[in-house]
Amino acid sequence: MDITQKTKITDGGRLGRASLFSRSVINLITGGFALACLIPFVFTVIISFSAEESIRRNGYSFFPSEWSVAAYKSAFEIGDQLWRSLYNSVLVTIAGTVLAVLICILYSYALFRRDYKFRGFFAFFCFFTMLFGGGLAPTVIITQTLLGQDNYAVLIIPMLVNVFNFIIMRSFFQASVPFELIEAAHIDGSGEWRTLFKIVLPISTPGIATVSLLFMLAYWNEWFIPQLYINNNNYVPLQYLLVQMQRDAQYMALNAGKAGSGIMASIPTESLRMALCVMIVVPISFAYPFFQRYIVKGLTVGSLKG
Amino acid sequence: MVNVGVRLPARGLISAKGKKTIALTAMVLPGAVWLLLFRYAPMFGVIIGFKDFRLPNPRLGILQDIFSRDWVGFSNFKLLFGNPMTSNVIRNTLLYNITFIVLGTLIAVAFAIMLNEISHMFLSKVYQTAMFFPFFLSWVVVSYFLFAFISTKNGVVSPAAFGLVDFYLQPEPWPFILIVSYIWKMTGYSSLIYLAVITGIDSAQYEAASIDGASKWQQAIHITLPNLRPIIIILFIMNVGRIFNADFGQFWALPIDGGSAAATNATGVVDTYIYRLLRTSVNIGQSTAVGLFQNAIGFVCIMIANTVVRKVDRDSAMF
Repeated sequence: MDITQKTKITDGGRLGRASLFSRSVINLITGGFALACLIPFVFTVIISFSAEESIRRNGYSFFPSEWSVAAYKSAFEIGDQLWRSLYNSVLVTIAGTVLAVLICILYSYALFRRDYKFRGFFAFFCFFTMLFGGGLAPTVIITQTLLGQDNYAVLIIPMLVNVFNFIIMRSFFQASVPFELIEAAHIDGSGEWRTLFKIVLPISTPGIATVSLLFMLAYWNEWFIPQLYINNNNYVPLQYLLVQMQRDAQYMALNAGKAGSGIMASIPTESLRMALCVMIVVPISFAYPFFQRYIVKGLTVGSLKG
Repeated sequence: MVNVGVRLPARGLISAKGKKTIALTAMVLPGAVWLLLFRYAPMFGVIIGFKDFRLPNPRLGILQDIFSRDWVGFSNFKLLFGNPMTSNVIRNTLLYNITFIVLGTLIAVAFAIMLNEISHMFLSKVYQTAMFFPFFLSWVVVSYFLFAFISTKNGVVSPAAFGLVDFYLQPEPWPFILIVSYIWKMTGYSSLIYLAVITGIDSAQYEAASIDGASKWQQAIHITLPNLRPIIIILFIMNVGRIFNADFGQFWALPIDGGSAAATNATGVVDTYIYRLLRTSVNIGQSTAVGLFQNAIGFVCIMIANTVVRKVDRDSAMF
C-alpha cells in the first residue's frame, strides 16, 4: 500500500516526467521549430559565401559547388554607399536611443509618482494615443512641415516616443523603487531631479537596459521612416539600402536585359546582396544575449501590468 | 527648504508641494510636447479626409493649403467604398488578423506548455533562444530570407512544383506565405510571454493534482490554461483592438513593395492601401479618409472588447 502510493507520486507528479514517448514528441516538435527559426539565416550566410559562378549555374544552394569570400571583399572595396549607410545607421541608432531613453525615463518617472498632481492627466494624455491616432497621411504632412526631409532629425525625432515603453519603464519603477525611499530623500532635502538621477536611476538599471535595448532595436531595424522621408542617398540607413536593393533586383528580374536603376546599379551581384543582409543581422546577434535576458523580462512586466 | 528663485516677489510663495509639481511637470514636458506635435496634431489633420486634397500646393504653407481647400463632405469615403479595391483590402486585413490571432495564440500557448515540459534545462534554453531569434529581425531581412527560398531565378523552391510561374507575380501562394511567416516570426516571442506566466504558477497546484491522479494532459487543461487565461485575454483585446491594422512591414516587404499588381489581390491590406493612396496615386484626402476609417473602427473595437472583458472577468480588463 505504502509503496504503490509512493511510486504514484514520483511517476505522475509535476516533479516527475511525462512518458518517454510524449517527451520525445515534444522534443521533436520544439527542436524542429527551433531549427526552422535558424535555417533561413544559415542559408543566407551560405549564399553570401557562395561563388557567383556557382549561383549562376545551380541557383541558391545549401551546398554550393564552390565557396568564395568575393562578396565580402567587394563589399569592402566598392562599398562607398555601404559605409555611408552603416555610418547613418549607427549614428541614428545611438543618438536616437540616448534621447528616447531620456524622454522615456522622465515621463514614466512622473507617471510612477503617485503624489504627482497632474499624473492622471498625463497618463491619459499618453495612453489615449494608443487608442486613437490621426493616421499616416496627416502624420506625414505634419512631420514634413516640422522637420523637412533628407536630414538626420527626420530619421530620429519621429521615433523618440513609444508609449508602450513608458508602460514598461513605469512598471519597472513600481517594482524596484519603494516609495519610502523617495520620501526619505525629500526629508533629507534632496530636490526632485537629484532624487531621480542620484537615487532612483541607480537602482533601476534593469528597466533602463530593457527600454534602451527596445529603442536600439527599433532604430536599427527601421526602414519605413527613411522610405517616407529620405530621397538623398547620403541619408539612407542600412535597412533602407536593403529595401532599395531588393526593389532593384526585382526590377531587373522583371525587365531582363535592362540595367537596374538607382542606388545599387553599380554592385548587382547575388551573393553581395545576401552578404549585406548578413552584415545587418550580425550586430543584432552580438547584442542578442542582452536582448534575450532583458527583453523577455521587460515585455512580460509590461504586458502583465500594463 | 523654501529657497525660491530671485524672480519671485516674496519668499515662500511657492510651497514645497508646488516646487515638486513644477519639477515633475518639467520632466513630463519633452514627451508631452512630442505627443502633442506628432500624435495629437495629426488627429486634427483628419479634416483633410473631408476635403478635396490631392497634391499639396508647394506655394502655400501647409495649414493655409489645407484651409483653402473645398469641403467635400463624405465624398472621399463614398468614392472609396464604391471602389472594389477597398472592400478587398478590408476583407484581407480582417481575414489575416483573425487567422493570426487564432493560430498565433494556439501555437504559442502550445509551444509554451511544451517548453515547460522539457526538463533538460540546457536544451530548453537552446530551443527558446533559437525560437526568439526571428523576433529581432526586421521584415526586410525576413524578405531576403524568403527571397532566397522562392526567387524564381535562383530559389530552392520551384514555383512549377506548385503549378505556378512566379511566386511574386501571382496571388495564390501569398496567404500561405504570409501566415507561415507571421507564425515563424512571432511564435518565439509570444510563447516566451506565456512561458513566463507558466513558470510563475505555484507548483503546489500541480502536486495536488498529481496526487489526485491527474495526467499531464489533464493538468495542462485544468491548471495551466486557467492560469494563462488573464494574459491570453489581455493579449486578445489588444489584438482585437488592432484587427483593422496590419503590420505594414510584413505586407510591404515580403511581397516586395507591397506585391506586384497581380499579387496585391492577396497581399493588399488597409495599411499598404493607405500608403499607396498617399505615395503612388497621390490622393492625400482619400488616404486620410481610409486612415480615419481605420482608426475609428479600431477605437470602437477596442472599446467593445474591453467592455466585454470587463463583464466576463473584471480584473483582466485594461481600463
